[in-house]
Amino acid sequence: MGNKTKKNTTTTTTTYDDNNNTWHWILQKGTPTTFTTIALFAILIRFLVSLYPYSGFKTPPKFGDFEAQRHWMEITINLPIREWYRNGTNNDLSYWGLDYPPLTAYQSWIHGVFLRFFHPPSVSLFTSRGHESYLGKQLMRWTVISSDALIFFPAVLYFIIIHYNQPSRSRKTDLAWHITLLLLNPCLILIDHGHFQYNCISLGFTVAAVAAILSGKDLVGSVLYCLALNHKQMSLYFAPAFFSHLLGKCLRREHPVLEVSKLGFVVLGTFAAVWWPYLYSTQSFLEVIARLAPFERGIFEDYVANFWCATSILIKWKRLFATGPLKLLSFSLTIISCFPSMVQQIKSPSNKGFLYGLLNSSLAFYLFSFQVHEKSILLPLLPATMLAMEEPFIFRWFMQFAMFSMFPLMCRDGLIAPYFALFVLFILVLNTPDQNKIKENNYFYSYLGSTTRRLILFFSLILHIVYLTMQPPKKYPFLFEAIIMNLCFSQFVIVTLGCNIKQWMLNKNVKLDEIEKKLI
Amino acid sequence: MGKEKLSFKQVHDSSSAKTTLCWFFLVVTCIKVLLFPSYRSTDFEVHRNWLALTHSLPLSQWYFDETSPWTLDYPPFFAYFERFLSVFAHIVDPQIVHLKEGLNYSSDKVVYFQRVTVILSDLSLLYGVYRLTRKLDSRKQKLVWTLVIWSPMLLIVDHVHFQYNGFLIGILLISLSFLEEGMDLLGGFVFAVLLCFKHLFAVAAPVYFVYLLRHYCWGGIVRGFSRLLIMGSLVVAVFASAFGPFFHLGQIQQVIQRLFPFGRGLCHAYWAPNFWVFYIMLDKGLAFILRKIGFNIQAPAASFTAGLVGDSSPFSVLPRITPSVTFIMVLLALSPCLFKAWKNPRPQMITRWISYAYTCGFLFGWHVHEKASLHFVIPLAFVAAQTPEDAKHYFLLSIVSCYSLFPLLFEAQEYPIKVLLLLLHFILMWSGFSAQFSDKAETRATTAHTTKKGDQFGSKGSLSADVKNNGFAIGLIESVYLAGLVVVEIWGQFLHPLLFGDKLAFLPLMLISVYCALGIMYSWIWQLRSIVKSH
Repeated sequence: MGNKTKKNTTTTTTTYDDNNNTWHWILQKGTPTTFTTIALFAILIRFLVSLYPYSGFKTPPKFGDFEAQRHWMEITINLPIREWYRNGTNNDLSYWGLDYPPLTAYQSWIHGVFLRFFHPPSVSLFTSRGHESYLGKQLMRWTVISSDALIFFPAVLYFIIIHYNQPSRSRKTDLAWHITLLLLNPCLILIDHGHFQYNCISLGFTVAAVAAILSGKDLVGSVLYCLALNHKQMSLYFAPAFFSHLLGKCLRREHPVLEVSKLGFVVLGTFAAVWWPYLYSTQSFLEVIARLAPFERGIFEDYVANFWCATSILIKWKRLFATGPLKLLSFSLTIISCFPSMVQQIKSPSNKGFLYGLLNSSLAFYLFSFQVHEKSILLPLLPATMLAMEEPFIFRWFMQFAMFSMFPLMCRDGLIAPYFALFVLFILVLNTPDQNKIKENNYFYSYLGSTTRRLILFFSLILHIVYLTMQPPKKYPFLFEAIIMNLCFSQFVIVTLGCNIKQWMLNKNVKLDEIEKKLI
Repeated sequence: MGKEKLSFKQVHDSSSAKTTLCWFFLVVTCIKVLLFPSYRSTDFEVHRNWLALTHSLPLSQWYFDETSPWTLDYPPFFAYFERFLSVFAHIVDPQIVHLKEGLNYSSDKVVYFQRVTVILSDLSLLYGVYRLTRKLDSRKQKLVWTLVIWSPMLLIVDHVHFQYNGFLIGILLISLSFLEEGMDLLGGFVFAVLLCFKHLFAVAAPVYFVYLLRHYCWGGIVRGFSRLLIMGSLVVAVFASAFGPFFHLGQIQQVIQRLFPFGRGLCHAYWAPNFWVFYIMLDKGLAFILRKIGFNIQAPAASFTAGLVGDSSPFSVLPRITPSVTFIMVLLALSPCLFKAWKNPRPQMITRWISYAYTCGFLFGWHVHEKASLHFVIPLAFVAAQTPEDAKHYFLLSIVSCYSLFPLLFEAQEYPIKVLLLLLHFILMWSGFSAQFSDKAETRATTAHTTKKGDQFGSKGSLSADVKNNGFAIGLIESVYLAGLVVVEIWGQFLHPLLFGDKLAFLPLMLISVYCALGIMYSWIWQLRSIVKSH
């Protein structure tokens, strides 16, 4: 009899949470707990991805980025500092010679010492070439994860604290969501912990520099940015934004010349400190510089979703032009494309405008500069993630195609499973249940139209499947890559245009706000 | 994308609860996929071998084949399940299901295939969780989902170590949900099906029997007998469909022998943290003391793990333990619960009773695996959010039992993963329970209780407990005990290798067993007390 009576009494619960927060229970303890929870999850994901093979896994004789990084550790801990960048009997520069600025070399030295302590054979001079072992892999993975946790994570925390320190942005869910997006950036995780690189260090310094500048500490910000620049020269992508924003700010102060010279002094000081071991002679200095600018490697490598690669179907840039004119062409195109955003920041520097400026200048570099890798998409992705709350659509759209543009690389590295897992995870994070949706205020969202958007997404899904399952026709062995890159390139161009216009609209908004205030 | 439509719909209707549950499941699925290349135990090869033997041999030889040492020792439904999977395995790569060439096959194809089958079979867990939580309020739902769907124990055992526990426990949860809703016949039927998948779940059979007898079959001679007949024939039908073919072939004896290998020892290779750990330690201690005093105590010839070889006892002082002793011990430990179930068969208590039964089986059973703690930790999660006491108990229990699984993953590669999984579980549980039992939640709970009288879980006891207790906090002893886990881990991982090197390698494992056994014993006593005290 009991089974019947119970049924009648059970009523479906319809509790309405007043503040509609599924995540109240994680958030109620405050930002530190929220950050710790998300950070632990992000580290877990990094460890999981690092279970997979790295680039060049079991592919002699050159292997891949993993071997390059390991080789730098081998070189830096076994040779005196002055020989690191110099070709010699002990240092064959043609075999993964060091081609990043000195900070990367110092980082390699620290990690090399770490590896030597636990597993000397993995970094011994000469004999460790192409070293691959269980323990060696673990230790190398640990070095990336620890750099990530020690540099990128605190930088994100710093940025979040600064960014959400304004009364208008006090919503805890937004904050948690933004932390998650920054720490769970699938592209960054795949490249650093799957493919194997140390982008987290230079990007971490950049995030910290941005946070410092947003909080008004321009000098600290410049030092941090110089560190980023000295870890990877690719951080130069952000230089126009930093330069124009800081210049614009200085011009508005009482003594512009003094302010500018202060910044210049700090920048030079930081550079001098990092380059100190190579400043004893002009020749040694130039030696290092020559290593950093590998113009001989051509205008683009493999398949990159930028202007040069996308248009090379029609115009064979590499055949038509020599390196010299190409250099000039790409340089001028880059400058022209990031010029509007620079002008805007010099004219009216603002915190929001700075973030847009970072995105626009890095996109300009990605699309038009010389020698771009597919991995370089990480650089414009960073400011896009920082703008995720303001530009949810642009961010989402950009991330999807940034991921897609790396798909051929991931396939080569054997990272297909983590690629899809992280992609799905990213989409899940974006569609967290009960998360208050921000109103789309970018007109590109409506401009594209929901049907077009769905069509493009559907097309890219089909391309994924085609790329995985079908053989390209023999006549065009790189047909699928070319299609993928052109699709991604077209989307990146849309994003670039949208963000440039958005940055210029900021001025209007400020004016509108002022008018509204006056009316009130 | 369709997001803009969702944003205007801020109503917690059942469809959105379903979406949220799927969201939880998909998030953890991503993690499961990422775990593909992680360490896998011999259980992986065991299941691969079962795929091969069910695919390439006729039914009559399934329980006789000895090509691989990993012979089939699960009941027939599981064998049929493997037969079903082997169809797809054959399509993916015929070598997987090749009896001889497939031995120790470890290409990416077979790893991905088998890992995917575990993920897909977890859908039964998803359905079970959905059925059991659909009547809870949305806040409790999310808490339970965090505890079960994101359980670190299931990830460690199923998706790294490799087993199908999520699938089997899912069936158990489905059965429990039927019982809780009063659909006893279906509940009994699903449980019978579960027994034919894995017979180790039979520990709870006495509770099922008593409960169903009293709750379903009682009341009037005619009605009672007819219902008993219906239930009985249903159960018999299930067992017949499982064992019938083997009965027909006259192999029942062989099947039974395979299912109950009492040739194995009292303890598994790594001692599960149960009562017998204390028994063994007491024996060793007594032998040591007596030897010191001057008695002539001979060191035992047999080991606890190797089984009943000859007549020698593995104990030096205390009487030896036989399977029948453990059987009686389990029944004795179960008896208070059976008595309660007989006196007042309440559907809302059934989850607790079943969990208690599995706890008894774990503590006193013969040759218990450490993984068996899943059988009660997962069901207990569904009652953990009811009162602060439940939460406190569950908090301790789930951490201890998850920690006791650590020795399963002994390679360097998985070390950070298991630690991070436990840490995340710890933080999520801590924040979840704190939020659930904070002042605000309390008032909400009380108003909810008063507005809906006779709420399914609204026993008076829990209501007063809600009001009395201010939030979620664990006591001093519990905190010290949990801190002790950290000490045990640091000892085992760092200090022991540093001080002793490779000597006494068993010591850290033994320490984990003994230390975790304390926690599980505490949980058993706590559960026993709460069952005896319940009305």
